[in-house]
Amino acid sequence: MSDISDPTLDGSSSTSGPGSAPPDPNAARDEMLKIYPDKTRRKRAKQLLVNDDPEKPAEIGANSRTIPGIITQRGCTYAGCRGVVIGPMHDVLHITHGPIGCSFYSWQTRRNLARPAPGQINYLQYSMTTDMTEEEIIFGGEKKLAAAIREAYRIFKPKAIAVYATCPVGLIGDDIHTVCRQAKAELGINIFGFSCEGYKGVSQSAGHHIANNGVFKHMVGLNDTPDAGEFRINILGEYNIGGDAWEIDTLLRKCGIHVTATLSGDISYEQVTRCHTADLNVVQCHRSINYMADMMETKFGIPWIKVNFIGASSTAKSLRKIARYFESKKLADRVEEVIAQEMAALRPVQEEARKRCQGKTAALFVGGSRAHHYQDLFRDIGMTTIAAGYEFAHRDDYEGRKVLPTIKVDADSRNIEEIEVEPDPTRFRPRKTAEQNAALEAGGFSYRDYEGMMREMKKGSLVIDDISHHEIEKLIELYKPDVIGSGIKEKFVIEKMGVPCKQLHSYDYGGPYAAFTGAANFYREIDRMVNTKVWKLVTPPWKREPQVPPRLVYQPKANREELAEATKTWKAPSKAGADE
Amino acid sequence: MLNGTTAEIAERKALRINAAKTCQPIGAMYASLGIHGCMPHSHGSQGCCSYHRSHLTRHFKEPVIATTSSFTEGASVFGGLANLTQALRNIFTIYNPDIVAVHTTCLSEVIGDDIPTIVKRAREEGAIPEGKLVIHTNTPSFVGSHVTGFSNMVASIIKYLAEKTGEARNQVNVIPGFVEPADMREIKRICALLGVPAVVLPDTSAVLDGPLDGEYQMYPKGGTTIPAIKSMGDSLATFALGHFASHGPAVSLEVKHQVPAGLLELPIGVAATDAFVQALRAYSPSGVAEELETERGRLVDMMSDMQQYFHEKRVAVAGDPDHVIALVQFLLELGAKPVYAITGSRGNHFETRLHEILDPVVPDAIIKQSADFFELHQWIKNGPVDLLVANTYGKHIARVENIPFVRVGFPILDRVGHRFYPTVGYAGAIRLIDLMVNALFDKKDRECPEEWFELVM
Ligand code: SF4
Ligand code: SF4
Repeated sequence: MSDISDPTLDGSSSTSGPGSAPPDPNAARDEMLKIYPDKTRRKRAKQLLVNDDPEKPAEIGANSRTIPGIITQRGCTYAGCRGVVIGPMHDVLHITHGPIGCSFYSWQTRRNLARPAPGQINYLQYSMTTDMTEEEIIFGGEKKLAAAIREAYRIFKPKAIAVYATCPVGLIGDDIHTVCRQAKAELGINIFGFSCEGYKGVSQSAGHHIANNGVFKHMVGLNDTPDAGEFRINILGEYNIGGDAWEIDTLLRKCGIHVTATLSGDISYEQVTRCHTADLNVVQCHRSINYMADMMETKFGIPWIKVNFIGASSTAKSLRKIARYFESKKLADRVEEVIAQEMAALRPVQEEARKRCQGKTAALFVGGSRAHHYQDLFRDIGMTTIAAGYEFAHRDDYEGRKVLPTIKVDADSRNIEEIEVEPDPTRFRPRKTAEQNAALEAGGFSYRDYEGMMREMKKGSLVIDDISHHEIEKLIELYKPDVIGSGIKEKFVIEKMGVPCKQLHSYDYGGPYAAFTGAANFYREIDRMVNTKVWKLVTPPWKREPQVPPRLVYQPKANREELAEATKTWKAPSKAGADE
Repeated sequence: MLNGTTAEIAERKALRINAAKTCQPIGAMYASLGIHGCMPHSHGSQGCCSYHRSHLTRHFKEPVIATTSSFTEGASVFGGLANLTQALRNIFTIYNPDIVAVHTTCLSEVIGDDIPTIVKRAREEGAIPEGKLVIHTNTPSFVGSHVTGFSNMVASIIKYLAEKTGEARNQVNVIPGFVEPADMREIKRICALLGVPAVVLPDTSAVLDGPLDGEYQMYPKGGTTIPAIKSMGDSLATFALGHFASHGPAVSLEVKHQVPAGLLELPIGVAATDAFVQALRAYSPSGVAEELETERGRLVDMMSDMQQYFHEKRVAVAGDPDHVIALVQFLLELGAKPVYAITGSRGNHFETRLHEILDPVVPDAIIKQSADFFELHQWIKNGPVDLLVANTYGKHIARVENIPFVRVGFPILDRVGHRFYPTVGYAGAIRLIDLMVNALFDKKDRECPEEWFELVM
């Protein structure tokens, strides 16, 4: 690992201005922490680290409570459950049990695109809620929920209904699970609830876990009919933001790999119910779905590996890893062919962007995996990530899964149900023999292998968990990165300071960025952002230059004479003529 | 698209589908941003705050700051005292606002946190520096809508801050309602054109339509200043624009400091703007400026040119109650026929007032409070319309039913312009005609047979 203050890095120095040597990271860290009251500073200090030894990442205070009064990026458990993991299931009817807001804000605000089969109702276009009023808050909302489920069934006749609890519901003690069970018996379709009240846990992350549990309990394994097709995999933790899942799907199909289900980008109910028939789970976003991967392995014997389809080299690596798992020469050859083809198309775009982006810097504060994954895309075009952090990830996402046994379970994690999973008596089927696995592993292949973000970041870079508004401001002041990847709430703050910000939750309504084809979009996008002329217009000329003679429209001499001539032919009308 | 929606109207008592309103705190947050130097604070779990900031940001494309008490399960059980105290300490140390405006969420309402008591204790503990202000309002979302939240916050700002010195000031107060920064700017311009000094509260112009100049200001130039708010108790009168967003606060000021409350509707269209101008005239030393009168003339000119295209056009209007009431009247001025008028908010005044307006002219119009986009869509399937006026959430209906669509109100998440160009005042009406006529023309140009494709319209 090279040092980030090494100016020879990637062959050229940063273009962020003359004499702008990167600040000493420890001094920068102190500067960021300085303003905080003691208690706040002590807490933030654990979440704001200098990556001193990437080989041995330091312990980060991730997945801890947000400090009240800090302007945070984080959202709630409901958002992680309803919004992230289950929300994208397009033919499941979703009902939010609560007052109006929670459901309103989660209505098509995340760009998990879907293409349901023709004629199928796309429930993502609907926002349904019990819209609780004072009466239900006082006397309980179970009756209204039951009625709402009945009404929804009568109008839409869905295959399944999912119900989500919001903060007030938990507090008044509505038992949504009993209501769902009764409705299921009455209506004869699958109906299940999620206790994802926003106050549980410390961020969206708790909601992911609750969603994983619920999907596993109520949906996975209901249909044992396997897909036709060779090399069947599930992609876990890919939500089809801006069409990413479609890009990955197309790429895998080219290679001859069949995707049984993508959890949960553009996924149908039926796909969820039989995803346990696939032979490998590949995990894209480790944070949001590792629970599912583990539970499916325990119950059905499907192993999982970590992949990353963001970035060209990562995508190639992931394809090779999948091919390796299936131990098929045919597949391995095909994968190499596809990589060669795709890279041949991508390389010119990459080179073109690299010309203008090489040596520039990025900072990434987003999600539970993107802050790591997107570093690869920046690296592809010669840019360095000088600081990064997740919004809601855990220590393993920073330091690698090896630290899992040492993570202390605190009160906030304890209140999230850990479900007991056992091998299924009839359907547990190891996909490989012990010998096969031993041979694979001896050859350097590894299962359940997430190394985390910090190992791949440069020495001296900053790692900031749950970054606060104040820290972003300071970071820009001290480092002036050329681009920041972040979310909607930070975007315009960052841009007011003259730094372009790429929304990496919603892609600024662009994308896709996954796979080789998506990478091309991203390179072009970053090239546009860091080189756009608009930033040069920020300061008006009178603030930049002393008073200079005005720049008038240039008229060559000949032209001027012609103009003078033309005016001569014009005659003023006579007094009398004017009235004619 | 929306192919679960059929023409068969299904009775619903419990299920809200595709709401035409959202929750109180977002309105309170928006109102707080209209105070200069203010940090809005959401007392509850952080999800609500995150959602509200995100949605306001998507609408304004501007930084929207707010802090949260970040409740976890413990706070939900034991109450939010510790969280709010710690939050206040952090906010004043790190972000240094002049004032913090606290609003509650459903969660803290259900718990029953008593904000004034918590704030009092926080002050005793030294969490709030000398000279800094903390105010609050209650915004339970299981009552009312985002408009109620806006109104509650404005009323609270007044209750906490407005003072009466006993010495009258030569100024009026204007409560503009839940409108855009551009609308607030326009309202100030109209007051200036009559020479009437006005305190506009809240005022988000120069807060949520700020320039890009390379520097980030956590507290931008705009916003009603605290001295100005204090002085409201000495004003000659208050003009409150809109029953739902503004009348309550104006009346509370009348009760508290006997400042007479002039209750008007949102000045959208000719008559409503005339009413506002007339009201101001009583306090105007100079009368109506020529500039404004000419502007009105230009609007009427445009209406006379364009009314042929509006004549008898069936229009559906959905949105916030004050907006819908005003827009319906403007559409009638244009000769159009508002056949559906809905709001997601509750309040009998909405239906009473619209029946008063529409019964004589469009007796079969459907008017409904606490309605949603799903039922509006069903009505449209049964009786089509020529134009839909709504916020962004109308776009699916517009697409699937192929209806010209004009976005007005909150939120608008997918177009630009709303925060720069007003819809209030004569200038705002001109812009609305521009948007509506062009939407009608665009459809004709897209769809008419070639022989009817005309260059001049
Ligand atoms: S809980 Fe209440 S305040 Fe929070 S988003 Fe939901 S409706 Fe709004
Ligand atoms: S009420 Fe709870 S569930 Fe709803 S948005 Fe707020 S924090 Fe999330």
